[in-house]
Amino acid sequence: MSATHTSLTMYEKLWQNHLVEDVKDETPLLFVDRHLIHEVTSPQAFANLRFHNRPVRHPKRTIATMDHNISTRSIKIDAAGEGAANQLRALEKNCKDFGIELFGMGHKNQGIAHVMGPELGLTLPGTIIVCGDSHTATHGAFGALAFGIGTSEVEHVFATQTLRQNKAKTMKIEVKGHVGNGISAKDIILAIIGKTGSAGATGYVVEYCGEAIEALSMEERMTVCNMSIEFGAKAGLVAPDQTTFDYVEGKEYAPKGDVFEQAVSDWKQLKSDDDAVFDSVLTLEAKDIKAQVTWGTNPGQVISIDGCVPSPDSFNDPIEKESCVNALAYMDLTAGTKITDIHVNKVFIGSCTNSRIEDLRAAAGVVENYTAKGQSVQASVDAIVVPGSYRVKAQAENEGLDKIFSDAGFEWRLPGCSMCLGMNDDVLEAGDRCASTSNRNFEGRQGRGSRTHLVSPEMAAAAAITGHFVDLNS
Amino acid sequence: MEKFTTHTGLVVPLDIANVDTDQIIPKQFLQKTERVGFGVHLFHDSRYLDHSGKEPNPEFILNVPAYQGASILLARENFGCGSSREHAPWALEEYGFKAVIAPSFADIFYGNCINIGLLPIKLSEDEIEQLFAQADGAKLNLTVDLPNSNVSFTNAKGEQIIFNFSLSKFQKYSLENGVDSVGWTLGKLEKIEAFEAKMPTWQ
Ligand code: SF4
Repeated sequence: MSATHTSLTMYEKLWQNHLVEDVKDETPLLFVDRHLIHEVTSPQAFANLRFHNRPVRHPKRTIATMDHNISTRSIKIDAAGEGAANQLRALEKNCKDFGIELFGMGHKNQGIAHVMGPELGLTLPGTIIVCGDSHTATHGAFGALAFGIGTSEVEHVFATQTLRQNKAKTMKIEVKGHVGNGISAKDIILAIIGKTGSAGATGYVVEYCGEAIEALSMEERMTVCNMSIEFGAKAGLVAPDQTTFDYVEGKEYAPKGDVFEQAVSDWKQLKSDDDAVFDSVLTLEAKDIKAQVTWGTNPGQVISIDGCVPSPDSFNDPIEKESCVNALAYMDLTAGTKITDIHVNKVFIGSCTNSRIEDLRAAAGVVENYTAKGQSVQASVDAIVVPGSYRVKAQAENEGLDKIFSDAGFEWRLPGCSMCLGMNDDVLEAGDRCASTSNRNFEGRQGRGSRTHLVSPEMAAAAAITGHFVDLNS
Repeated sequence: MEKFTTHTGLVVPLDIANVDTDQIIPKQFLQKTERVGFGVHLFHDSRYLDHSGKEPNPEFILNVPAYQGASILLARENFGCGSSREHAPWALEEYGFKAVIAPSFADIFYGNCINIGLLPIKLSEDEIEQLFAQADGAKLNLTVDLPNSNVSFTNAKGEQIIFNFSLSKFQKYSLENGVDSVGWTLGKLEKIEAFEAKMPTWQ
């Protein structure tokens, strides 16, 4: 290595590769390769384009889907109410007027933006991907710089195919060694957030690395990166490797032939240099990670399955102490209660965190273990399974997973964001307690006064059948 | 975007950490295709006792008579965490807030505020404590001076207190001049075209 060589992190390389202009006294301008849009955060951006009589600069770089407020019981556009239908129709019209490809109701490619992009090969390593949705961080699993943007920025990307961004700090999170049996990617990311707290990475782009991360499949890496925003990170990254290239190859929108080969050779250059310096480093031992369940109202309020609901006194920081008091009151939990003694009446398996085929297989595997013993979903529990996209749904049905779920008493629904945020009719009632594979346990997230416990698909499946959280390893 | 130079207004103290965007504007109000109509739903679940938003919750700070007409929100750490919904700053702005002061903000929320001309002001924990002490149960009028990047007020002893904050030059310029950021970037089209011409085929 020459003396003039500066070592760079993957984030810094992605940044440099996309820098259109960086002049004094202006926020740097970055090129955006891929823009995903949906019905909720785009209408006002389109309205402004019309107002200024501006076109979309590269319509082919934008892809639209309907996900947030669609019904999971019907593919009718007005099945989730008038407000939702208005927004969905506006998206149809906007895409038509501006020449953007749309995967509308029932289209074979329709799905949650962050499930649909990767499975179609729209998500590529070495690119910048944005979407008016904070879980865009999911695509970082490919070594793409991917982050959520607001509606003004959606408009900026439409008109210019660029964005202005200040440089973030860098954080390396290394998960050493290998996780134990039955520990999922969701447990890894929840354990990380438990360590950092829900704002621990604000201002940072996080790179996940270490043996435990390298060993993950692409779908598992997506689960990890998906929740980067839940501890404040601007984006999450995993260095692209053979696992990544194998996943991308042959996907519908991915480059083919020689172009693919060229791409792979470029993508191989992306990983952080060995001597690159990060602003912050966090290390975890994979073997210490157990199955995780959140007990509070932010994803940092999480504990291992063999633990108990913490007492406010166990926190030194006065703000955390008070957050604990408030969370216990909202969640109607008593300090000292064993996590395995918490009973739920609702179960949601879905969302861009855990609605891919591997998630559904994992959940179905747990269900089969119980059904073999003659057990099915508790009478007191309503459990729904919502695949992340029509492709996932088709694949799951091919494998007979839908039948495993339905036979055990789960409802098998149509794809969408569903109860992750309940913009459609999949909403919890006040007082409902839900084991959810989604990513946010904020107050009211799944319905006013409802209580959310974030868990892995395996844990959600077990909770549906037993009615409470279960240590599947004991 | 409206220009922002200086503003003097009443401070309302919201003494809660980690206020997320779901609290600021719950999802059921995100179905609009227009840019207006969010202010009445700001903090809906805490602000109203009922679902339909007819019964104000007298306990919630925005409903306390002394804080009516407040135009500066004083908040705690990690304000605006959660989703990227710009509807959250829209709701704050439409309610009448010109500035939000907190020790830290979530990144996307912070950027969204700048983009719509709602000034997010980061102060130190200690300065935030002092402001809470002044604003709690009392009328604190604060002056925000963007060109000089400071906030000032008169404390109980009659002393003039000034806290400085920082903002990047470009953000400051954009806010002070109400810059149309899309138009500004479109003025750089040559640069963008030059970048595009050099991109590898796969990209
Ligand atoms: S599934 Fe949930 S987190 Fe993911 S995009 Fe939809 S609403 Fe957002």
